[in-house]
Amino acid sequence: MRIVVDLNRCQGYAQCVPLAPEVLKLNGEEALTYNPNPDDAQRLRVLRAAAACPVQAIIVDQLDLKK
Amino acid sequence: MSSPTNGNALKDKGRIVIVGASLTGLRAAEALRKEGFSGHLTIIGDEPHEPYDRPPLSKQVLKGWVPADHTKLPRMLEVHAEWRLGVAATGLDRAKKVVRLADGDEVPFDRVLLATGVRARQWPNPAQAALEGVYTLRTSNDAARLQAALAAGPRRVLIIGAGFIGSEVASVCRELGLQVTVAERASAPLAGALGEVIGAIAAEMQRDAGVDLRIGVSITALEGDASGHVRRARLSDGSTLEVDVVLASLGSIRNIEWLEGAGLAAGFWGVGCDAGCRAFDIHGIVTDHIFVAGDIARSPHVLFEYQFLSMEHWDNAVLGAEVAAHNMVCEEIERRAHLLVPAFWSAQFGVNIKSVGVPSFGDEIVFTQGSRKERRFVAAYGRRGRIVGAVTCNNGKWLEYYGAQIARSGPFPPHPAGFDLPGDMRVVPAEFPARGVPTAAPDVVLTGHDPSERHAEFRPRAR
Repeated sequence: MRIVVDLNRCQGYAQCVPLAPEVLKLNGEEALTYNPNPDDAQRLRVLRAAAACPVQAIIVDQLDLKK
Repeated sequence: MSSPTNGNALKDKGRIVIVGASLTGLRAAEALRKEGFSGHLTIIGDEPHEPYDRPPLSKQVLKGWVPADHTKLPRMLEVHAEWRLGVAATGLDRAKKVVRLADGDEVPFDRVLLATGVRARQWPNPAQAALEGVYTLRTSNDAARLQAALAAGPRRVLIIGAGFIGSEVASVCRELGLQVTVAERASAPLAGALGEVIGAIAAEMQRDAGVDLRIGVSITALEGDASGHVRRARLSDGSTLEVDVVLASLGSIRNIEWLEGAGLAAGFWGVGCDAGCRAFDIHGIVTDHIFVAGDIARSPHVLFEYQFLSMEHWDNAVLGAEVAAHNMVCEEIERRAHLLVPAFWSAQFGVNIKSVGVPSFGDEIVFTQGSRKERRFVAAYGRRGRIVGAVTCNNGKWLEYYGAQIARSGPFPPHPAGFDLPGDMRVVPAEFPARGVPTAAPDVVLTGHDPSERHAEFRPRAR
């Protein structure tokens, strides 16, 4: 699947990290780093992480969601 | 009879061409469809890849975590476009209204969006740049090659230029346990974008992480071994370095050469356009059918004394694409302006650096929150008593507060946030280095005597 995190918007709350720890990680205290094209096996975790983001910075592929 | 010059007819059955298939091109295509454009859409890109995101290349990808071809951009909606990937645009004929392609094809348009972005500036000596082990970093192919070179365990990496790319790659090298030297001509890393006051903190970060940072020096030569692999670098201070990998991170060059002869205000500075993304022709007259967005666009910004600014940032690509797309198909009275308060981020040495506004527009700086020692702070930039930019280190949640003051043209020094105030809140010079003088700038000359014959002409200088 494909995601992009708007890192201008991201404020490092890190709510997403425990929900999809293999896809979204913190580098240091605040810098989010992530896998933009994670394995499909991570889909549910990534969708939960995107939903949990307080500033809705995780952008998920909309075409993929319709499938 | 309706013609495609009428807004609605254009929306229904016009032909739109987007030149550039990266973040700007993709988001513009999606925005056009969202606007209700149902005509024929062509997207031209010189890289063979579908649109991908570049910021991860210098971080997750180089570290070896994310493969270089795994940064494809998510799609917001179906664009139903004809993709012409792997073929560069070579010309724009405004009279015929066609884009010429490297394979000889011509693509006709009613509206065209110029979004060809920038490329990495190569090491200036071509023979030395061609040595194996000498890299630049802009594309996913660049990232794949450099990642493989770093994974092979070189004895020492040399990074020439301590801007954001150079500094981020130095950070990755240290995370990978590699010996790395950073050579920077200015007196501090990041000085061009953030000034030397912040640059001094960036220098401490590099040295604390074990980077061999050499400032105030330049590289005079790269030397290869018998098989043509780079092995040694000579520095302007007379010293030499044994290196296996060299990254030339010397900034970027705008991809405007293909517009030569098109009669647009296009040059090394980018493509001049109005705040509605409409390109200026060579005389400075606004065009009706040619739009510009992303890294190559340069337009007047109301917040910064109406100076023409180009903003090579992610958010500028996204918003510029949306505004350009809207204005390409809307009625004249519905046109929108591209009024971005620009922002960017960089992750390096475990620190999140974020910025809003245009720090380099300022000449003074004041630390307003947090602690420099802990590398968790906010600093604001000012010019003539008003705030024009701010930078945060591991304090990104405060950026919005300062962004709002910049948008309101608030006072400088800014209103203290009343929270987490640093001990020293003196205003000091931000210490931006003197602007470089561009080499080989083209001349634009006026020709003709009769006022009706007077026109401008480019006289490109030899490179």
